[in-house]
Amino acid sequence: MDVTLRVQRFDPEAADPKPFWEDFTVSIEDNGTVLDALMKVREDFDGTFSLRCSCRSSICGSCAMRINGHAGLACKTQAKDALQNGVITVEPAGNMPVVKDLVVNFDLFWDKIMQVEPYLKPEGPEPEAEYIASNEAMLHLSGVTACIMCGACVSDCTVLEVDPTFLGPAALAKAYRFTADPRDGDEKGVSKDRLVELTKPSGMWDCTRCMECVQACPKGVAPMDRIMALRDQAISAGFHNTNGARHTEAFSDSVEHSGWLDELRLVPKSVGLTNVSALIGYAPIAIQALTHGKMPPIIHKKIEKAENVRKIFDKVDGPEQH
Amino acid sequence: MYPAAKLICEKLGIKLQEMPAASCTGAGVLQEKNELLGDTLNARTFAMAEALDLPILTICSTCQGVMSQANHRLKNPEYLAKVNGFLAEEGLEYKGNARPKHLLWVLIEDVGLDKLLGLITRPLAGMRLAPFYGCYIVRPTEALEFEEHPERLDSLEKIIETIGATVVDFAGKTRCCGFPILTINERNSMAMVGKHTSEAKDLGADAMITPCPLCHLNLDSFQPKAAAQAGRPIDLPILHMPQAIGLAMGLSPQEMGLKRHIVNTKPLLTKIGAGAAS
Repeated sequence: MDVTLRVQRFDPEAADPKPFWEDFTVSIEDNGTVLDALMKVREDFDGTFSLRCSCRSSICGSCAMRINGHAGLACKTQAKDALQNGVITVEPAGNMPVVKDLVVNFDLFWDKIMQVEPYLKPEGPEPEAEYIASNEAMLHLSGVTACIMCGACVSDCTVLEVDPTFLGPAALAKAYRFTADPRDGDEKGVSKDRLVELTKPSGMWDCTRCMECVQACPKGVAPMDRIMALRDQAISAGFHNTNGARHTEAFSDSVEHSGWLDELRLVPKSVGLTNVSALIGYAPIAIQALTHGKMPPIIHKKIEKAENVRKIFDKVDGPEQH
Repeated sequence: MYPAAKLICEKLGIKLQEMPAASCTGAGVLQEKNELLGDTLNARTFAMAEALDLPILTICSTCQGVMSQANHRLKNPEYLAKVNGFLAEEGLEYKGNARPKHLLWVLIEDVGLDKLLGLITRPLAGMRLAPFYGCYIVRPTEALEFEEHPERLDSLEKIIETIGATVVDFAGKTRCCGFPILTINERNSMAMVGKHTSEAKDLGADAMITPCPLCHLNLDSFQPKAAAQAGRPIDLPILHMPQAIGLAMGLSPQEMGLKRHIVNTKPLLTKIGAGAAS
C-alpha cells in the first residue's frame, strides 16, 4: 500500500534553521506501521532523515512522536489506521527541544525522573532478612512499572506546555511507583518525605487532570490516575495545607452536605480563608461576576434527598473505611 | 446556560424531565479523593434514570466524561455488585443500562443534523467559530466509546457547519482550558486560557464555542485576567454550545443569557444581525 507522510523536519545545521514540512509517498506492506513508513523514507528518499527507533515492538520506548497531532509510538501505530484523508502527519514529540527532524532532547525528561529520586528509600531499622512484599502490592505496582520511558505523556502534557517547571506525568507516575511500594518510607509503608516534596508547587497538585497522558501512554500506565492516587495518599497522610488538598476537601464537603457544589464558597475555601492577598486578588472577578448576574446564589439549596448522598459518604468514605 | 439549553431542547422536541435528587458527578475532583465514592454517586443517578427508563442528558463535557468513565468501570459485575450494596438502603439498584449523553452527541446521533438544520432561521453566515471541546468529552476515548461512535470525533465542527458558521480549526481545540487548577496554580490556568483564546483569535475567529460550562467559565470570566498576564488584548467571546444554536434558531441574545458574559458579545451579535435585539 502507498502511504503519504507529511513530516515536520528540522536541520540545526541549515543556513536558516527553521522547522518545515515535507511530504513523502512510500510503499509499505498493508499491515505496516508508521515506523515502517518512516524507515522507508530514510531508506528510499533521504538518508539524513533522523528518528530514534530500536525494538519495533513497543518495548524500548524510542519512537514516541506526534502522529496526527497526538503522541504515540510509531511502531505501535498501524499506518492504515493513522491515515487521515490519505495523509499521516508526523511531528517530533512535544514539550522537549528538537535536536533534528523527529529526534528530541530528553534531558528535561530525565532531570524530572531524577528529581523524584527513583529508588527505594526505606526508613527505620533494616529488616533482619529479606523484605517480603505481598503479591497484591507488587501486582498493583506492575501497572506503573510497565512504563518504558518513551516520553509520550510528557509530549502531550498540557501543563508542561505552559510551565516547564511542572514535574510532569512520567516523573509523578514514577514517584507513585515508590510511594505505593510497601518497602518505601516508614514501617507502615508511608513515604512521608516523598509526599512532602511532591505536594510542593510544580508537584502533584499542579496536574490539571486533562487526561492527555492517559490517552497518550502506549503501555496503559495511566499517569494521571497515579497522580490522583498520590493526591489521595497525601491527604490520607495528613498533608491538608495546600490549595489542592483544600480544594478537594471543600468540594467533597459541599457534595456530602448538599449533594452538589456550593460554588460561591468553594473558591475562598480552596485558597484558604486566611490567605488574604489571594482572596483580594479574586475581588475584581467577583465584582465583575456580580454586575453581570453571573454570581452563584448566596443561599445554597440542597438537592432533594441530600441525606441519602450523605449516607453514601458515610458508608464509602467514612472513618472506618480509612 | 441552563435556560438557553432548555429553550433549544424545546425547539428540538426533546422533552426534559429534571432529576432533582441527582447529585453532582464529582467532576473528577471527588474521584481523586475516593473513586469508589464518585462511582457510587453516579450509579445512584444512573439507577434513578433507569427507573424512569430515560437516557440522561447533560450539557457539560466534564459531567459526560465522569459519567462515561464511571459507567465504563461499572461494567465489571463484581464492582457493580459492590456499588449496589451501598445503594440498597435507598432502595436503588443500578442494572447497568444507563445512557448518559451530552446534548452535542444527542444532536448528531438522535435528533439528526437535518432536523437541526430545518430549525435554523438565522444562520450564522460569515461567522468564524473556533471549537473548544473540553478534555472530558474527548479523552479517554475508550470510555467515551469513540470506536463505536466515530462521528463523535468532530461532532462540534459538524454543529458549527450546520448552524451556518465557518470552522476555525486550531491546535488547542482538544486541550485543557485550565479550569481545574484555577485555585491551585492560577498562573498556569491563565496561561492556558491566554494560549487557546489568542491562538483562535489570531486565526480570525469571531468567537469560540464550547460544549462545557466549566471551559466557558474559565475562558470567558477569566479572559481579561489571562489577557493581562499575556500582555495583549484578546476579546474573544465564548459561547456555550446551546447559546450559539439558539441564536441561529432566531432566539434572542437575552433568552440565551448573553448579558451575563464577561467578554463583550455585542460585536458578534451585530455581525449576525442580532445586535439590535441585545
